[in-house]
Amino acid sequence: MTSRMVGQPVNRVEDPRLLVGAGRFLDDLGQDAAELAVLRSPHAHARITDIDVTAALEVQGLLAIYTYEDLSGPLADPLPLLIPHPAICAGRTQYALARDEVNYVGEAIAVVVAENRYLAEDAVERIVVSYRPLPPVVGVQAARAAEHLVHEDAPGNVAAHFVQEVGDAAAAIAAAPFRLELELAIERSASTPLEGRGVLAQWDSDSQRLRMWTSTQTSTGVRAAVAAKLGLDLGRVEVITPDVGGGFGVKIVHPWPEEVLVPMAARALGRPVKFTEDRREHFISAAHERGQLQHIEVGFDATGRILGLSVRFWHDNGAYLPYGLIVPIITSTQLLGPYKPGAYRVEFDSLYTNTVIVTPYRGAGRPQGVYAMERTLDAIAGELGLDRSVVRATNFIQPSEMPYDHGLIFQDGRPLVYDSGDFPASLAKLKALVGWDDWPAYQAAARAQGRQVGLGLACYVEGTGVGPYEGGHVQIETSGRIKVATGLTSQGQGHQTAFAQIVADELGVSMDDIEVVTGDTRRFPYAVGTFASRAAVTSGSAIALAARMVRRKILKVAADALEADPEDLEIVEGMVRVKGAPGVAMALGTVAVLSNPLRYAFDEASKAATQFVVGDSDLPPVNEDDEPGLEGRDYYSPLRSTFANGMHAVIVETDPETAEIKILRYCVVHDCGTLINPLIVEGQVHGGVAQGVGGALYERLVYDDAGQLQNASFMDFLMPYVSEVPESIEIDHLETPSPLNPLGIKGAGEAGVIPSAAVFASAISDAEGFAITAMPISPSDLFELRRRHAGTDRHNESIAKKEPTR
Amino acid sequence: MTGSWHELTLIVNEVPLRTTVPARRLLSDCLRHDLGLTGTHVGCEHGVCGACTVLVDGVPMRSCLLLAVSVDGQAITTVEGLAGPDGELSAVQQAFQDCHGLQCGFCTPGFLTTITAGLIGCPDPTADDAREMIGGNLCRCTGYLNIVAAVLRAAELTRARSGEVADAAVDSGQVP
Ligand code: FES
Ligand code: FES
Repeated sequence: MTSRMVGQPVNRVEDPRLLVGAGRFLDDLGQDAAELAVLRSPHAHARITDIDVTAALEVQGLLAIYTYEDLSGPLADPLPLLIPHPAICAGRTQYALARDEVNYVGEAIAVVVAENRYLAEDAVERIVVSYRPLPPVVGVQAARAAEHLVHEDAPGNVAAHFVQEVGDAAAAIAAAPFRLELELAIERSASTPLEGRGVLAQWDSDSQRLRMWTSTQTSTGVRAAVAAKLGLDLGRVEVITPDVGGGFGVKIVHPWPEEVLVPMAARALGRPVKFTEDRREHFISAAHERGQLQHIEVGFDATGRILGLSVRFWHDNGAYLPYGLIVPIITSTQLLGPYKPGAYRVEFDSLYTNTVIVTPYRGAGRPQGVYAMERTLDAIAGELGLDRSVVRATNFIQPSEMPYDHGLIFQDGRPLVYDSGDFPASLAKLKALVGWDDWPAYQAAARAQGRQVGLGLACYVEGTGVGPYEGGHVQIETSGRIKVATGLTSQGQGHQTAFAQIVADELGVSMDDIEVVTGDTRRFPYAVGTFASRAAVTSGSAIALAARMVRRKILKVAADALEADPEDLEIVEGMVRVKGAPGVAMALGTVAVLSNPLRYAFDEASKAATQFVVGDSDLPPVNEDDEPGLEGRDYYSPLRSTFANGMHAVIVETDPETAEIKILRYCVVHDCGTLINPLIVEGQVHGGVAQGVGGALYERLVYDDAGQLQNASFMDFLMPYVSEVPESIEIDHLETPSPLNPLGIKGAGEAGVIPSAAVFASAISDAEGFAITAMPISPSDLFELRRRHAGTDRHNESIAKKEPTR
Repeated sequence: MTGSWHELTLIVNEVPLRTTVPARRLLSDCLRHDLGLTGTHVGCEHGVCGACTVLVDGVPMRSCLLLAVSVDGQAITTVEGLAGPDGELSAVQQAFQDCHGLQCGFCTPGFLTTITAGLIGCPDPTADDAREMIGGNLCRCTGYLNIVAAVLRAAELTRARSGEVADAAVDSGQVP
């Protein structure tokens, strides 16, 4: 029997290529392409009064310069607002090239195409733009104060205002025996993949077709957007995703200005054109995330049970709103985590600022929500003098309550209903893993030695695998090789390996015979994209269904040929054989030959399928309801998201002198349903935790009052090196299969990063004895906080105001 | 504007290659776009991420911080030159596969070149040595743990392979 591949830590099939330098990333393609460089605004907010390109025209190798005036038709309209929502009161998006006004440093004003990037940059430098600066709005507070407006027609700088409520939270809080209020802040960070954005386009004037490659998380999305912008039939546009050097959310946004300008130029110039973003451009013209201010009111009883929770937050969406309200909606719903507050009200404003746009970054609003909830639970525990884990357990949804309906609407417009999960079991595992019950003794002993150590805990639930759908195509060639395609894209998650594992099991073949293609609209034109930890769930399920379809056909064709009942057949190591009579067998390639009745024999194998050899002469060669070939195409469209969950604990030590924060241990308990490949899942957790460490302790995007990003380089934006990440991450898995899909899987891609801000704030508070309410936190921040708290009895200080002012 | 052009010879992965570049051409661009060796990646172009690391006369250097003209005549090893002539993965490459040391693979060439040189100076690294060895390279995907494991595994594989070579030599009677 072929051993089962799903569940095995199989080595990745992607690796050999990538290890020898044979990957094909965007800038590895189109070596003969002309190159495009972008003139970007140096002002955060200004009117453009003049653009003078005269001096640039002398640059040798110059092919073209485009400004807004050169755009026509749909290209001259603002870029799309991709995800409309009724709560959006002033949805604004940018033009592909700025028209009259710029709203952030980095906004594209003009593009130059030249023989190479060096020359294109030479020309960019010589374009003279005259500006009339306007007052910039930087940061949530300035946006909220609305002394100045980002967009004149967006009063209060409010892009959207949204309220959801279950029960009467205000009344429940007022009636509760205990009440607290918290003010929390979390700053910006960014996906920061090591490869930036990039686009290459080729216009074929003979066939009037556009072929483009882009470093994206959605090739079908780009295809539709480019076709619309360039006024081309969808059938004339092909989008191929090459190897992508990381995405983490930022590459789901589309179309970027460059994604429409590059094909526009390629068509106009009749030659391939390429844009490769540089690192500074990525910081100032891609996207950021995370920045929010939060105000929380909570009412609870003596056991720590939350009776009413009311959250008001302000979300910084940057200068434009191309991705709608996905991030704040996720914050507002996923904030609830594994808990069931008696009544819940959430209200948010999504605010414009003169800074880079905010769109999902791994975690996509969840880290902020988890931070709000977990800080609140720590505050309750502190207030009541209860163990922090006990307060959490008191508020858990129990396994017997699954599926659990929160009564809210989730980011996909569907009810927020948890499908599965065993939170008490997860917490028990985590407590055992980290040694929770021994902690007080350890901490006391450390304190006696003058060491400050803290233990933090944070829990989350993550809606993964959102719809609307993905599809899969599985085809068996006459060689016996199996070609698999799905439309969504890959950025390092090992999809080719994981999907091949699924197909190997479904068909009973070796992984070596399977080739998987993702993100190529020529191979699979219907798809949504890779985000929300959805690839394994949606494409994995679709591919499994497509493979099952092929399997049925294999058995039918082989049964005819072997004169057996399909029920009596099995597929083992690429051979279809009669159970119990392994001698009566046929290779899958032969079945593929037989599945396609032929008139012409082009080789030895195909002779077997010609008209004098096969077929029942009383039936048409291709019967009704049948199709030639051995292939299957199917789709998986989930009713709702499936909810993964996890709990993290971290032990930190803070230096009494320098306030340096050191990670002593990091523990993860993770439930993403059935594991397809534990090696890949652990890799995802490692990477997520590292990004979480960065977001909690190092990374922030520092804007000055003029809206200039002060740290737009890897020198100044402190992405973790190996020296900043924990030396080991202790992981324990719980597998609660999802009932919603054929494989029982839940998404795993984002999990590692979600509870980081919360778990570090918890641990540092525990070490210091005062509450951390603003993240990320650097040693200088901590040093400053210590100074402010000096003289108070730190170890008895509560996290929050005890007497709410209402 | 592009200044003067210079003819130069680079011995890339043991093959002498001639090309003509403007003085301002970065070595990274010269390797990638003039010589077509796109395995060397560019993640920042300001010397911080290490993705562009190549070995210049055996020493790891950031090709985005070097002008191509400044290494005229020198021997350069890129990721394309690490595998054996028969295509067999080098010990470091094999270790990355074994330990799942890469995800998107964009940073990987810089790690592979850095570690290849590092293990020559430190053939028997501890975990701390391994962390030190890769301490100047950024990876956004893996969280580094598996890369540290890959350094240790590569050292092990290198020892095993040189053992095999020695054994084979004994078997064939070359070594007394
Ligand atoms: S590209 Fe050279 S160090 Fe980053
Ligand atoms: S594997 Fe993607 S940056 Fe390292």
